[in-house]
Amino acid sequence: MRHGKYPFVIGFLFAPIALYVTFVIWPYAQAFQISMTNWRGLSAPQWVGFDNYRRLLDDGAFWKAVQHHGVLLLALPLITVAIALFFAFLLNVGGKSSGGQRQGVWGAKFYRVVFFFPQVLAVAIIAVLFQMVYRPNESGLINGVLMKFGLEPILFLVKPNLALWSIIAVLVWQAVGFYVVLFSAGMASIPGEIYEAAEMDGATRVTLFFRVTLPLLWDTLQVAWVYLGIAAFDAFAIVAVLSVDGGGPDGATTVLAMEIYRNAFVYSKYGYASAMGVALFFLTLTFAALTLRLTKRESVEY
Amino acid sequence: MSITPEHPAALDRRTVLRRAAAVGMLATPAIGLLSACATSGSDNDNEQVAGGTKSAANPLGVKEDAPIEVIIFNGGYGEKYATDVHEPLYKKAFPKAEVKHQATQAVSTVLQPRFASGNPPEFVNNSGEKLMDFGALVADGQLQDLTELWDAPSVDDASKKVRDTVVPGTIEAGSFNGKPYVLYYVSTVFGIWYSAKLFKDNGWAPAKTWDDFIALLTSIKAKGITPYGYAGANAAYYQWNVILTQAAKIGGTDVLKNIDNLEDGAWKQDAIKQAATAWAEVGAKFSDKSFEGLKHTDVQLRQNQYKVALYPSGDWIEGEQKQDTPAGFDYQLMPVPSLTASDKLPATALRATAGEGYFVSAKSKNPKGGLEYMRQMLSTAGAKGFTEVVKAPTVVTAGSEGFAFPPGVASSQAALKAAGQDVFNLYFDGWYKELDTEARTATNELMFGRINADAFVERIQKRADAIKKDSSVTKFKR
Repeated sequence: MRHGKYPFVIGFLFAPIALYVTFVIWPYAQAFQISMTNWRGLSAPQWVGFDNYRRLLDDGAFWKAVQHHGVLLLALPLITVAIALFFAFLLNVGGKSSGGQRQGVWGAKFYRVVFFFPQVLAVAIIAVLFQMVYRPNESGLINGVLMKFGLEPILFLVKPNLALWSIIAVLVWQAVGFYVVLFSAGMASIPGEIYEAAEMDGATRVTLFFRVTLPLLWDTLQVAWVYLGIAAFDAFAIVAVLSVDGGGPDGATTVLAMEIYRNAFVYSKYGYASAMGVALFFLTLTFAALTLRLTKRESVEY
Repeated sequence: MSITPEHPAALDRRTVLRRAAAVGMLATPAIGLLSACATSGSDNDNEQVAGGTKSAANPLGVKEDAPIEVIIFNGGYGEKYATDVHEPLYKKAFPKAEVKHQATQAVSTVLQPRFASGNPPEFVNNSGEKLMDFGALVADGQLQDLTELWDAPSVDDASKKVRDTVVPGTIEAGSFNGKPYVLYYVSTVFGIWYSAKLFKDNGWAPAKTWDDFIALLTSIKAKGITPYGYAGANAAYYQWNVILTQAAKIGGTDVLKNIDNLEDGAWKQDAIKQAATAWAEVGAKFSDKSFEGLKHTDVQLRQNQYKVALYPSGDWIEGEQKQDTPAGFDYQLMPVPSLTASDKLPATALRATAGEGYFVSAKSKNPKGGLEYMRQMLSTAGAKGFTEVVKAPTVVTAGSEGFAFPPGVASSQAALKAAGQDVFNLYFDGWYKELDTEARTATNELMFGRINADAFVERIQKRADAIKKDSSVTKFKR
């Protein structure tokens, strides 16, 4: 079958690549072009060179958004990975050992399904759900209970220094389930004998976790970190639906995608919005490259 | 002008799902979204139909059998008024013409690509949360000049021009740099709303002076009801509207004209500072901090439950809240009270305008047909039919006569009459969306006690200055 191999392969690849180029690569490339214009979405765009990028430099909202991405970039992966690791450890190897095989805690199978629930829900539904949870009066899920006890309601999304953390909490809540499953799969592939041997040497659960599980999970962790980092550059849907006044109060929760949306679809400044999009593209790319480089280390073969 | 009775910036479930889908598709670099529509521009290869013969019945010279496409925003007013009233009127006048009807809840989503490819529909009801930016449309020459329509004889009386059949200010409301481009069709009056029942039960009366107003708020508070509130989460512009109305009453209508014209220091005028100081105090003493996190529908619902006494809005509120208003609630409008005895305008003065924008695309195939459709809308039959279907008054004076409006609209119409010549309007929010956004944010900061009046005017002025300097923004004057 060597004969005619290339036409065969090309025939298969042509359609998907054509689709991908048309609907993914081409729009991306076009965004670079639009970012150099002052297109308002109707008539033909006018070329303005790097004007839009110069404007970005003294746009307060843009830098505020970048700053929030910084916070998200630290908080989101750190908190999510920590919680997910803890749960995954409990679900897989945190319980008693039976027949030399480490087990999860009691009811692990049930918990595993429950943890995955948020992942099944659409992001928009989660945001609407948390509108109810965070509602600042007696009809809110949390504040309703607080007010029953005669306490002052907590203004989650309204207090400028609390709003971003309220958003982060939702992002974490939504992400944890997936990473529990990811880490569980990683842990399941760690051979039981290693645990057994460590245990015979008198290792406690804590030592087991830090000396056995964590090093052997390194590759999975690295992937999780990159995924969560990229998620930290997004957060649009949650912010757009959940936050007060579209990224407020006074821009306290705004993210780049929110500013892009506002500039494009509210102010009709498609060119400027595209410039922000390009900036976001490079930020994300830089982050992914840096993470992969910095976390590179010898993976353990087993 | 973003005066629409529909949820101003609210995200309804559909929008949310649509946006979520969009976000899902783009993953992180959201730039993909921006380029979804190509930048081909509208190098108009759209051939326009030739004109028909002008006659008494066809003063605009519409080609009798040329089709016309009508896009209606299916929001608070629905689409029934178009399919049941206006389109049949056009069909009656031009039986050979085909009227294509399309209703949408996302005007820009449907029309942006049509404009970009140079094939826009003739007639558009540009409204709702996803309306297209009027300023951008005008700047791009997409809108048909309506002068011809306003100067045409009206359908009912050939000796009268169309411009003489509508309430004063209608044409100005839809004008950009002095040229009429947009027909705002629904008469809209702004003020502070209360329940006649709640006030009667408690022996309260609407206030005309500031002292009375504070006394009223104090006694409402004593009753355990939140005296005043607006929704900070998505409807902060309801409140900047009150502050600016107050400022216009203190310093005269030029205060607003200066703002619209981006005059230097317009926001730092003394009247605005005074108004902001007074309302910041109302926010601090007589409102509820949690309202900043609520949407307009939440706060309006609380008013219907008699938990909030006074709420600022336009007179669409009665129709909007129809489902939730208990029997006997009786919406009533109170104009913003006078702040000082030396106010330039009387206590009865108020902001009124025409809302719900319609335009004719200049680059469509049959723009004359679009103009004729508007002429039919502005006939007595068209206006009466609209009012009967949606229960809202139009700008056509003869259209509202003899119609029994529900109590809220009746009260706003009465207030409008009482105001006489002291009716004013403002335009900056439609002309410069960025300034609107900044004013909303600053209003929340002011009313929920994070900044004072000085900082309020300072920060909006700063944004106004930036817009004035920005060469990429088309400027408007009035």
